[in-house]
Amino acid sequence: MRTIRFLLQKEFRQIFRNKTILAMIIVMPTIQLIIMPLAADYEVKNINLAVIDNDRSPYSQQLISKITSSGYFKLRGFDASFNEAFKLIESDKADLILEIPAHFERNLIRENEQKLFIAVNAINGTKANLGGAYLATIIRNFNGELRTQLIIPPKFNPIPQIEIVSSNWYNTHLNYHIFMVPGILAILVTMIGGFLAALNIVKEKEAGTIEQINVSPIKKHHFILGKLIPFWVLGNVVFTIGLLVSYIIYGIAPVGNLFVLYGFIGAFLLAVLGFGLLISTYTETQQQAMFIMFFFMMIFILMGGLFTPIESMPLWAQWIAHLNPLSYLIQVMRMIILKGSGFRDILPHLGIVMLFALVLNTWALFNYKKTSA
Amino acid sequence: MITLQNISKWYGKEKTLAVDSVSLSIPKGELFGLIGPDGAGKTSIFRMLTTVLLPDGGSATVNGFDVVKDYHQIRNCVGYMPGKFSLYPDLSIEENLNFFATIFNTTVEENYDLIKDIYIQIEPFKKRRAGQLSGGMKQKLALCCALIHKPTVLFLDEPTTGVDPVSRKEFWEMLKRLKAQGITILVSTPYMDEATLCDRIALIQNGKILSVETPDKIRAAYPDPLFAIKSDNMSDLLKILRSHPLVKNSYAFGEFAHATFKNEFLQEKDLGELLRHENLTAVELKRTEATIEDCFIQLLSA
Repeated sequence: MRTIRFLLQKEFRQIFRNKTILAMIIVMPTIQLIIMPLAADYEVKNINLAVIDNDRSPYSQQLISKITSSGYFKLRGFDASFNEAFKLIESDKADLILEIPAHFERNLIRENEQKLFIAVNAINGTKANLGGAYLATIIRNFNGELRTQLIIPPKFNPIPQIEIVSSNWYNTHLNYHIFMVPGILAILVTMIGGFLAALNIVKEKEAGTIEQINVSPIKKHHFILGKLIPFWVLGNVVFTIGLLVSYIIYGIAPVGNLFVLYGFIGAFLLAVLGFGLLISTYTETQQQAMFIMFFFMMIFILMGGLFTPIESMPLWAQWIAHLNPLSYLIQVMRMIILKGSGFRDILPHLGIVMLFALVLNTWALFNYKKTSA
Repeated sequence: MITLQNISKWYGKEKTLAVDSVSLSIPKGELFGLIGPDGAGKTSIFRMLTTVLLPDGGSATVNGFDVVKDYHQIRNCVGYMPGKFSLYPDLSIEENLNFFATIFNTTVEENYDLIKDIYIQIEPFKKRRAGQLSGGMKQKLALCCALIHKPTVLFLDEPTTGVDPVSRKEFWEMLKRLKAQGITILVSTPYMDEATLCDRIALIQNGKILSVETPDKIRAAYPDPLFAIKSDNMSDLLKILRSHPLVKNSYAFGEFAHATFKNEFLQEKDLGELLRHENLTAVELKRTEATIEDCFIQLLSA
């Protein structure tokens, strides 16, 4: 116990003397949690629209003002011909072209039917998709309004209609921040824990201090524990800072039990730190460790279910996602923080993450050799 | 007590031989020097004896413990100071010392008498970070850390490399005092002048031991009469010596040139005559005793 205590004292001293690392541990979660959810927003706004109005009737004017007043679109051009409007797409000034044909109003009233033409710049897939869909919705609404104006509804509707009313659970207003913030916090905890652990033992290798440790009778598991515990504590500190930031800035307070949340984070940190330690036992320089960690971090983050749902990935990618500890953390964070899931609900996730922790740490322990061949 | 029997080590796919079947026996309480240039295999020998590197052939024991099987006992009773400074630069002198005492399951107080002489020299700076110390102070701290668990065998890998001459001299004084306390010391150095301070030395080159003897005996075993020659034009002198048919071996040595001759009956008088024929002026010439460095050069060229 005395050895462990001294190892911990030494590690904490070194961490607190490294002002850069210390600043990163505190500043990184704060700043990134403030900036990223506000900036990285899935809601597409400011879609640039070019309109060709060949009708110039009250109806076409109404439609255009309805579109521009929705807040999603910016009217970039009001052109005479499609070719002219297309130049705006070519020069990237417009994302969408809406062409209103001549006699739009007349045909609509007389023949109860009229076609509109939408051209979409599909280079930015998300923007194109959503922009097209928004525009279609607005036009449909416009159409509905016209109907109520023009047709006096009969007492009994001759055609049966299904009306859809949806209510959003756990995130009533479909607030993007509520969805993203717990996920980003999960990524931050993973990154800080993983990198700190991966770089630490390698740093001792580079400085040669590990040579002095290796010739001493110190037990391997003492040494590994001496590395694991300080970063485990720091990981919890980072997570707590992140939770406070989410509460203060976004008003997100965990709906579920805090003990369950911290219990899961504790197990998850063991897994991630074990992974970092494992990498550091295989590498010789901090540069190597950094690059290998980056390789895995990119996969963890992009295949963790934050940016794209795991369910919509191809099957092979879903298998990779199942081996990604971060995907479990992101799920559990959302379950506990947003949904208020209890211990029983997260038990399967907890079991898998604990298995990760056990395997990775044992592997790291066996691969750390005090004697080299 | 240290013994090595035909110990070998090779590295990499090409199986480059770093240590080539080295056998040595160092009794308890001896100050033994491994003398050789960089890359001779000194560090590999140290790392095998301190159990952090596995030998590829042969066997070795430290205090009767096998370096492969009984590594645990060895780690408790040896002190190792690697060639590269390897204490924590972001911890202070005091913190480093306490840390190493702890991982060897002891305390600074318990063995303070052993390091006292050395530690009082750096004690005024005990709050200073190890990374900010001068070369000499770093070496003293490293020695303290290697001694803090009262080892019976001390391994010092090039402890004076990059240290100023005054600190080097002090360092060797300290080693003598440690030896007086019965500690076996194996020290390596590339400096030939330090070799004479050891009880016995092994000259090592390309992983092979060339000679193991006391420094005096190694010097006495120098086979040829050795001459120190000086002229006001040293570069011409060296050129002439190198190409002269009668010269066996010649090289610059401080402000002199050292040379041996094929005819061992040549006297100073004859040689002076011989060199004046070559239009060299202000020639100074004398018989000289071989130093360890001369012996080393002779062994390498043999």
